[in-house]
Amino acid sequence: MDKSSKQVNGAISLSGFEEAKPHYGEFRRVVRVFFGRKLALVGFLIIMALILTAIFAPVLAPYNPYKMDMTQALQQPSRDHLLGTDSLGRDNLSRVIYGSRVSLLVAIGAIGGAAIVGQSLGLMAAYFGGVVYQIIMRITDALMAVPMILIAMVIASVLGGGLKNVIIALGVGMVPVQCRMMCGQALTIMQNDYIMAARSIGTGDFRMMIRHIFPNAFPSILIVMTVGLGTTILAEAGLSFLGVGVLPPEAAWGSMISDGYKFILTNPMLSFAPGIAIMLVVFGFNMVGDGLRDALDPRLRGTF
Amino acid sequence: MTAYITRRLILGILVLFLVTVLVFVVMRLLPGDPLTLYISQSQLSLGQMTQEQLDALRHQFGLDKPLPIQYVDWINGVLHGDFGKSVFYNTEVGTLIAQRMPITIYLGIMAFILSSILGIIFGVVCAVRRGTWIDNVVTIIANVGITIPSFWVGILLIYIFSLRFHWLPTGGYTSPFTDFWASIRQAIMPVFCLSLFSIASLTRQTRASMLEVVKQDYIRTAWSKGLKERVIIIRHTIKNALIPVITILGVQVSLIFGGSVLIETVFNIPGMGRLMTQAVFQHDYQVVQAGVLIVAMVVVLSNLIVDISYGWFDPRIRYS
Repeated sequence: MDKSSKQVNGAISLSGFEEAKPHYGEFRRVVRVFFGRKLALVGFLIIMALILTAIFAPVLAPYNPYKMDMTQALQQPSRDHLLGTDSLGRDNLSRVIYGSRVSLLVAIGAIGGAAIVGQSLGLMAAYFGGVVYQIIMRITDALMAVPMILIAMVIASVLGGGLKNVIIALGVGMVPVQCRMMCGQALTIMQNDYIMAARSIGTGDFRMMIRHIFPNAFPSILIVMTVGLGTTILAEAGLSFLGVGVLPPEAAWGSMISDGYKFILTNPMLSFAPGIAIMLVVFGFNMVGDGLRDALDPRLRGTF
Repeated sequence: MTAYITRRLILGILVLFLVTVLVFVVMRLLPGDPLTLYISQSQLSLGQMTQEQLDALRHQFGLDKPLPIQYVDWINGVLHGDFGKSVFYNTEVGTLIAQRMPITIYLGIMAFILSSILGIIFGVVCAVRRGTWIDNVVTIIANVGITIPSFWVGILLIYIFSLRFHWLPTGGYTSPFTDFWASIRQAIMPVFCLSLFSIASLTRQTRASMLEVVKQDYIRTAWSKGLKERVIIIRHTIKNALIPVITILGVQVSLIFGGSVLIETVFNIPGMGRLMTQAVFQHDYQVVQAGVLIVAMVVVLSNLIVDISYGWFDPRIRYS
């Protein structure tokens, strides 16, 4: 305990408040609530496992996921190939492991891009209001009127598949959600007295948005972004399944499901395994999102 | 009220106008020549065609005009009910959509009704029996339901019910007016897949909303008045808890349409989703443009209906 707090305690004890509860930092409180939720913990562990799998894929994968061996095509699950092999003789388990890289990369890329663009637009719409608000929010409405997977499918096919283009396509699809969420949050935050106080001392527009509005909106935004990661992985799988996603030799869970579908009667594991992987990962992101909401939602403050 | 509806209608039309601009920009400004498909269909490669032939084709499709003029031409056509001509099918886009749309709407409406009913019932049951095994099981299933890829569920269902046990057909579509039972049998799995995500998310939403309402003062008042539990739940809790749920019913329409893109591919159903997917692959730009616009129209219209009905369900809302 440092000197200044001792003095404060001393002062308080005179007026009879010695029993004041220890003050928890905001971060510690959030962490405590978050990990107090069993499902959030499960989700967190799944996400950690995903990240580690993606990083250490070359170490974890028993085979090269791209090495074709027609003599080994369509093997049933065995000790050599735990999840069997696909029609080109590639090891299914290794491909599922490498698929985590594509999913994670696409999710982070698309959400990261959508967050930067969407949140800046949302912030500006809320802050400047008037014509700026109308223009930005009406374009958002227009993007929202078309199902996200349809936007992504059209853009991906026009740009022509591949990892980078899938990230762009899904990013565009995710922009309206980020924008709308940020705008709503910012409008609420701007009602606060501290914004007026900041304005009264002549804070500039940019500083106002970045230093005063954004940090206060961030908790809610973080929740939307976490859940968005899961949604993006689902959408990427959908695109790859349709064949407008990540291009063939690359191991993507969606296209693996689609490829395996042709051999479902003899080798069901080819389709089942990547599907289960998608499910687990999206479940993980959703549960982390739910946990964060419980931990960060201001309405639940003070219950711990 | 009339003023509110008028304003919302104008806003909806504005949004649809922006959709047309966006889809036009995406389809025309990004790389790729709409003629490639036409040429590859006529068994000629770009190199084999003389410049005059190319120009003639461009002129035929109106692609030689400046982009803004092309846009105005397109919109002018749309306003007169002419969506242009499909390059791939060589028929009117309007005719194609008129054939495909009813199929998607038919499956979509069934999915919408199924998910609304089941989602709300599950949510209410979970909230009323909070903490019991029913609540735990349904909540976990709902959490899994929003994470499972719908097209993968479709494949699983085909594997189990069609290929292993031969109970249901693997896919396809029959009009309910030609053969009602065959139509129903073919619709069971696609409708389930389309509604799965909606059921799960509506369950979660309803449950959360119910638990929120239960905390309100007027529910405590109802208890202290000595009302029966049944009356409190049905008359006081559910009615109020459904208000936020109705808001997201509009979103379900968009989700179901989005899902149909994947599900119609899995079950080989000749609906809008399948048409759009094929059109996207074939760079059949007229079909893509028209399809996106039509889907957006349905979504905007259903959101409009939700917004208007909102005030009917929640009299606290004033249309101002």
